[in-house]
Order: sequence, then C-alpha cells, then structure tokens
Amino acid sequence: MSLLSIKNVTMKFGGLTAVRDVSFEVGPTDLIAVIGPNGAGKTTLFNTITGIYTPTEGSVTLDGSPINTKKASDITKLGIARTFQNIRLFNNLSVIDNLKIARHTRIQYSFFDGIFKTKKYKVEEAAIIEESIRLLKLFGLEDKKDLLAKNLPYGAQRKLEMARALATKPKLLLLDEPAAGMNPTETKELSNLIHFIREEFKIAIILIEHDMNLVMQIAEKIFVLDYGNLIASGSAKEVQSNPKVIEAYLGAEIDVEAH
Amino acid sequence: MDYYLQIISNIGIFITLTLSLNLINGYCGQFSLGHAGFWGVGAYASAIYGVYFALPVDPMINMLISISVGFSAAALCGLLIGVPCLRLKGDYLAIATIGFSEILRIIIMHTESVGGPRGFTNIPKWTNSFWVWGIVILTTIFMLNLKRSAFGRAIISIREDEVASETMGINLFRFKLFSFIIGAGIAGIAGALVAHDQQFLHPNNFNFMWSVCILVMVILGGQGSVSGSIVGAIILTLLPEILKLIGSDISVWRMSIYSALMIILMLTRPQGIFGPHEIFEKKRFAKKLQKGAA
Repeated sequence: MSLLSIKNVTMKFGGLTAVRDVSFEVGPTDLIAVIGPNGAGKTTLFNTITGIYTPTEGSVTLDGSPINTKKASDITKLGIARTFQNIRLFNNLSVIDNLKIARHTRIQYSFFDGIFKTKKYKVEEAAIIEESIRLLKLFGLEDKKDLLAKNLPYGAQRKLEMARALATKPKLLLLDEPAAGMNPTETKELSNLIHFIREEFKIAIILIEHDMNLVMQIAEKIFVLDYGNLIASGSAKEVQSNPKVIEAYLGAEIDVEAH
Repeated sequence: MDYYLQIISNIGIFITLTLSLNLINGYCGQFSLGHAGFWGVGAYASAIYGVYFALPVDPMINMLISISVGFSAAALCGLLIGVPCLRLKGDYLAIATIGFSEILRIIIMHTESVGGPRGFTNIPKWTNSFWVWGIVILTTIFMLNLKRSAFGRAIISIREDEVASETMGINLFRFKLFSFIIGAGIAGIAGALVAHDQQFLHPNNFNFMWSVCILVMVILGGQGSVSGSIVGAIILTLLPEILKLIGSDISVWRMSIYSALMIILMLTRPQGIFGPHEIFEKKRFAKKLQKGAA
C-alpha cells in the first residue's frame, strides 16, 4: 500500500506545461530524491502535491483519499509537510513560537478556552511547549529557543524549517533543496539528519536536491525530471547510467562516425 | 472637572479603537484604512437603538444591549466588507477599505432619520468613564490572551509569511476574516461608548482622517503590541490637549506636529515605541540577559 500516489499529473500555466503526465508512488517510509536541471518542474511538482497549485490534470492521493482539489491548509492536516527552497520562517517570531504555530492543526481546545485560559488550554499549551522543546533538542536548537528566527545562522534556519515541518506531525515530508548554500561539512551533517528523521519519525521523505553527492548517498530511489517530463526513475546506479539522464544534464553525444 | 473626565473617557475610547485596529493591522498584517467607518457604524447603530428602540429598563441593561447592537452592526459590516476585500493585499486592501468607510459616511450623511449632515442629537446618556475603562480592560485582556493562544499565533503567522502559514495548516481566509470581523466589532463597541457618552454624533467625526489617526496610534505604539497600542493612544489623545494648554497659537499647528512626529519616528524607530513586544515581557527578557551576563 503506497502512502502517496501521483497519477498522470499535468500542471499548465497558460501555454507553458511545467509538469507533464507525471506518475509515481511513494511508500510509507521511502526516501526519494527528485532531480533535474533548473526549470525542470521539480518545485512545481511539490507545489501541486502540497496544494499550493491545483493540478490541471491527473490525481494525487494520500492514504487512498484524493487530495488534488484540497486546500494547502487541509493537506497539511492530512499529513504532508514541506520546507521551501528559499527559507520561509516566521522571521520576527522566536524559534519556539515557530514550532508552536506548526501545532495549529492538532489543537483541541476551542477559541473560548484560549480567551478565558481554561484548564484545557493550560494543559494543552504546556504539552505543546514540552513537545516543541523535545523537537528542538533533537535538532540541537534548544539553547536558541528564545532568539528571533531571523537572527539564527543560515544552517540553523534550515534546521528550524525542518523541525517546524515535523512539528505538524506529517506522514510525508517534502524537502525543497535542503542543502542549498551549505558547505560540504554541513551537507554531510544534513544527510545524517535526514536519515535520523526517517528513523525517528518513521515517515516518508521526498527531497529536491542539486547536490549529487548527497542524492546518491541517501536516496533509495531517484526520479529525474526534464522539461516537466519524468525521464527516468530507479536506484542511484540505474539513474547514473541512464542515457536520457546523461543527455539532460550534459547534452546529447554527437555521433562522430556520421561526419 | 467635566473637561478632564471627557479627556479620560476619550483616552479610553481611543485605546479600544487602537487595540481593535491592532488586531487587524498589527496581528494579522492587513492594511485597513477604513477603521473609522466601523467605529461610525457602531456609533450610529447604538444611537439608533438608544433613540428609537430603547427598552423601558435600567440604563445599565440598555447600555449592555446598545453595546451588543454596536458590536453586531460593525461586525456585520466587517463581514460584508471582508469577504470581497480580503482577497486583496496591501495597498489595494487599504484603498478598498477607504472606499467602504467613505460610502458608509456618505450614506449616513444623507439619511434624515439619523440627523443627516446636522448630526444625530438627543442620544440618551447611558455611559461614563467607568464603562469606558471597563471595556478597555476587557479588550486588553482579550488581546493579550488571544496573542498567547493558538488562534492568535495563527493570525500573527499570517502577518509573517502567508505561504508558510498556509503550509502550517492555517486557513488564511478564515483567520483574516475572523480578525477583520472581531476588529470591526470592537471598533463598534467604541462607537457605542462614544454615542452614549457625548450624546451627539456627526458623520464627519468618522471620516478618513480619523482612520489615519487610529492607524498612527497603532504604528506609534508598535504594530502587534498591546502595551504599544495603549501608550500610542494615550500620547496622541493627550498631545492636542497639551498643545492647547501651551497656547492656541500652537494648537493650530497640531496636524503639522503630528506629521513631524511621524517622520521622526519612522527615521529613528520604525517599529514603533514597543516594536511587537509587551512591557512585562521586556522586563523578563532584561532579567534573563542579566542572568546570562552574571
């Protein structure tokens, strides 16, 4: 039983087809990478999965129920969380507040509980703080919990964004270029972190990444997009030797004999 | 004595208004320039109740009914304006809200049964400074507790980043509309207070300049800060009175002094007096810093 299944998804913007007829399945604890040259439609694919765009054609189902017509906020509630290519934190709020906001869909108390500070509110808020601190500890950010998010160093901001996505209690985590702008040491640390997240939270992860070392190292399965088409899929080895992939990245081989 | 009581009431009314706009502008980040319109709707609705429909009961109960009438009328307007306008962002929303508040003002101006351009008179005196400051305390508690609950956090996250907020599972439209309706409703309560305190209403008391004034109070104090709204409203309500004391020559320059103040503020402290913080929160933070240094 697959967790997420994408069937014949096409996304058009006017005359431009950003994603064309893409289908694939993601299992409950898969670690998948989506790669492709710039402008291949990777982020658009993420946006159609998370409901920021509604796909022009095709269907997206999570746990057997269709989500392609749902709002982004409802999809989060059903269990898909994501990070962004250019970090989108709540900059003027503290680190811990960033995580508290992510608990929004799991809140049980009512608006009036919050205004009158009932016992229900207090118990639940205490639990939220405890859980948030636990999550911050896992990411090594607990000593920075009262800093404003914008004052964190770049690497810590990336980590916080991942922590915040996990705080929504997802079944599937989408990471959009998590290693962008990181040095090799930080990238190594990141690959350990991604493995750790999967083991700790038992969730599926899909990542978009340009750092091929990272991708080849951690991804169990790789999908390659080019001009919106899914041109190859398989393990790191299979993809590396696929002529279509080589063509997309390096250009076609010229047949010397013909000249 | 009456003069000073009037000033004390006015300060309370403006604190309520500033807090209510802070919910829309400071918490949710929606740029509304039609707040005086909601204030006017609340004022006129409760005055209509007071003049034409007042029940033969204790003034206290009548005032409670009048406040709920003011709240409901303004909140309803907030709903009607919010549904089409909250799809707009930034400057566009500001212009649409100016338009709506001016339409409301002109409708009132041309309605004879509420006095039209002569103003609405003979409104029963049901309220005093105690009512006003009671409402101020309730609104302050509401705003502070909202800020610390999941719902307030959701509203604040919309101000910070709409896309991120939506991917955190927050229904943007619902929370924007919610803050717009409640903000308008509280401004309506301030309207009810003004109507039954001053016993006279004129449509021009709710024009665009007052929307700007309330916005200036929010920005002076600090967008998103409850303490800031209170301090901002106190300063800008007292300022013209102080200028009057100094001399009538200076009070002519009131608006120029306002503008100069705003320019100085934007140059030196663009986030307002408190920024998004509260008084007590800052003290605690300072203590923490001291501990860290020791």
